[in-house]
Amino acid sequence: MLSRTADHLFWMSRYMERAENTARMLDVNYLTSLLPQSADRAEQGWAGVLGISELTWSFHQKHAAVTPADVMDFMVRDAGNPSSIVSCLRAARENARAVRGTLTTELFETTNQTWLEFNRMLKGDAFERDPSALFEWVKFRSHLSRGVSVGTMLQDESLHFIRIGTFLERADNTARLLDVKFHALAGDEVGTWTDDNAPEVDFYHWSAILRSVSGFEIYRKVYRNVIRPDKVAELLVLRPDMPRSLAACMNEVVHNLDLVANVQSGETRRRAGRLRSDLQFGRIDEILATGLHAYLTQFLDRVNDIGAGISRDFLVPA
Amino acid sequence: MKPFFDEMQAANGAVRPHYSAFDRWLQQQPRELMAARRDEAEMIFRRVGITFAVYGAKDEDGAGTERLIPFDVIPRIIPSDEWTRMQQGLVQRVTALNRFLHDVYHGQEILKAGIVPAGQVLQNAQFRPEMMGVDLPGSIYSHIAGIDIVRAAQPDGSGTYYVLEDNLRVPSGVSYMLENRKMMMRLFPELFAQHRIAPVAHYPDLLLETLRASAPPSVNEPTVVVLTPGMYNSAYFEHAFLAQQMGVELVEGQDLFVKDGFVYMRTTQGPRRVDVVYRRVDDDFLDPTAFRPDSTLGCAGLLDVYRKGNISLCNAIGTGVADDKSIYPYVPKMVEFYLGEKPILENVPTYLCREKDDLTYVLDHLGELVVKEVHGAGGYGMLVGPASTKAEIEDFRAAVLARPDNYIAQPTLALSTTPTFVESGVAPRHIDLRPFVLTGKSVQMVPGGLTRVALKEGSLVVNSSQGGGTKDTWVLEGDPGQAQSQTQSQSQV
Repeated sequence: MLSRTADHLFWMSRYMERAENTARMLDVNYLTSLLPQSADRAEQGWAGVLGISELTWSFHQKHAAVTPADVMDFMVRDAGNPSSIVSCLRAARENARAVRGTLTTELFETTNQTWLEFNRMLKGDAFERDPSALFEWVKFRSHLSRGVSVGTMLQDESLHFIRIGTFLERADNTARLLDVKFHALAGDEVGTWTDDNAPEVDFYHWSAILRSVSGFEIYRKVYRNVIRPDKVAELLVLRPDMPRSLAACMNEVVHNLDLVANVQSGETRRRAGRLRSDLQFGRIDEILATGLHAYLTQFLDRVNDIGAGISRDFLVPA
Repeated sequence: MKPFFDEMQAANGAVRPHYSAFDRWLQQQPRELMAARRDEAEMIFRRVGITFAVYGAKDEDGAGTERLIPFDVIPRIIPSDEWTRMQQGLVQRVTALNRFLHDVYHGQEILKAGIVPAGQVLQNAQFRPEMMGVDLPGSIYSHIAGIDIVRAAQPDGSGTYYVLEDNLRVPSGVSYMLENRKMMMRLFPELFAQHRIAPVAHYPDLLLETLRASAPPSVNEPTVVVLTPGMYNSAYFEHAFLAQQMGVELVEGQDLFVKDGFVYMRTTQGPRRVDVVYRRVDDDFLDPTAFRPDSTLGCAGLLDVYRKGNISLCNAIGTGVADDKSIYPYVPKMVEFYLGEKPILENVPTYLCREKDDLTYVLDHLGELVVKEVHGAGGYGMLVGPASTKAEIEDFRAAVLARPDNYIAQPTLALSTTPTFVESGVAPRHIDLRPFVLTGKSVQMVPGGLTRVALKEGSLVVNSSQGGGTKDTWVLEGDPGQAQSQTQSQSQV
């Protein structure tokens, strides 16, 4: 298929996934902000939202203080913020439009309809009245896009590049979420805890992280235990059966990279495979011992490097 | 005031036979229902993204605007006998035009015979000397032609079809023909049970067949692509739609490159050779090394590959010389010259200001005529006599006198009307018709074409940029007036 087409497909699904993750993150923050908590803690949460997406600086170009309303506005409807939901949905739709002939009619219409309806919702007061409902809607539109692509697309390169985009973006987003939230709540000493000396952690905040990745019920099912930060980290980093974990995402990236391999993609494939192996054979106590923040920073660099490799090998060849 | 020919009603108010079943149905439809259906259609068109981008315009969010071409829910109906004759005329006309193009770029017999003045052709801006002596597969130049046809009333109340214009370069609109039909079947399935309406959905098949047939003869399994200027082009939806329907790649200029005498596209698996380009980019932009150097829409070196016969372009480079307004008046003579036949389809009577008698007549009747600049398009450089002020007419008189050979004139045509659903209810509006004629191994078309309608009362301008809309076009099969009801019902298992 055309390199340019693959490029649009890859970015179409990345932006849709990013919109979903932004909605997830905002929703969890919004819900925790309804809990009784100190003003500092609340502000920390909203500042964390900006930190995850590396938007603190550009936010402060427009807003003096970090208030819930301003952060939500900036992250949902500010078209000047390239990571806002509205910008992501627009970019997903523009990429879809550029290759609409490659998509099934259902997939294009789903993406187009999401964009049109989202704008309609922003024009009314639906967002102010019930932010959670809007976030939920974005999540479900993203589920729908993914379902429609898997359910209607021919399983050829087009679908493979769509899948690579989805899972590379999700790996990035889950890693960022974990990094910021762990850092904020537990500092970098998580790894020194044992069953005996673990501090009283705030159940509501840990469960909120799990909920933001649809992982609360999964955690209970897998561990049948109280919520502990190291187990949360294990679930979101290493469990290959947890659909939003780094391990699960890298499995999909590697699998789909194998399917589209060309003569020059060997090195990118090797790096992705190596990252996947690190997750497959890693242990959470080792990771925590070296520091989760350092681990995740390195992970993000490696994901970024794989993205650049995919671009070079397939999407924008010289 | 000339009488208008209405497609549905004769002058005495009687409904024409081929409209009778439809008219009975229409009488029973409450206005609210028709309005609801129209709104539903608009909503679906938006969701499907059948929109066109408006250059430069911005909506309130600062994004480029996308507009819908208004869709009218009342179809235009053509009886089978009229269509059969029109189809014969179209085959004949397009065949002659292709013969003309081949001739102009080879022996120029028609110029030598003095049928078409050599200067009109050789000095024409659309004449491409680069194409002289270039042999094309099947000697076909215009593989896809859109012929604009109007019907005008005669003094006796009958209507005559006229060819208003030949579009032999990159005619557009066929996607609307297909989408309008799909929409009508969705909105009013019962009408399709009551009428025998010739299907059009196989157009992309015929198009693909035509494109494959035009491949360089040495290629067995040609790789066909559609070349688009990109997603901000007003016809982008159509380009994407046709590529998808044919299952071929939709490419932009940046996806193509020339190497060792062939054209390749950049793919995820490395370069892949391209054999046939259905190009929706104008000649001027096709190759920056041969034509406009500032073009980023084409592919550098394409013309060389083309001249070597290593790639086919549909349509060919240089077809504009045959659909220019200054050449149009000669098309009936081409039919006689190349085919030895009498033209089946008539031209609109046209006065050539370069000829003395015509010029005298035109200057005496400026207030009644439509005067057109020969190279103008889209309503520019045009005088519509009855709708112009004295001053405008005098300005034009000076312009015509200064350069008579730059102008042609035609009587103001009373375009036929057909019932149309507008704000005030069902009312007659003026229409035209663009059938799409494909030439590959043979000349083929699907029955009908795109009907454009001037939605403003009294307006004769059907262009979408000036308040025009489109409607579904039905060619009825079988005898006119015999609406078939479906008597067969299939038992379900």
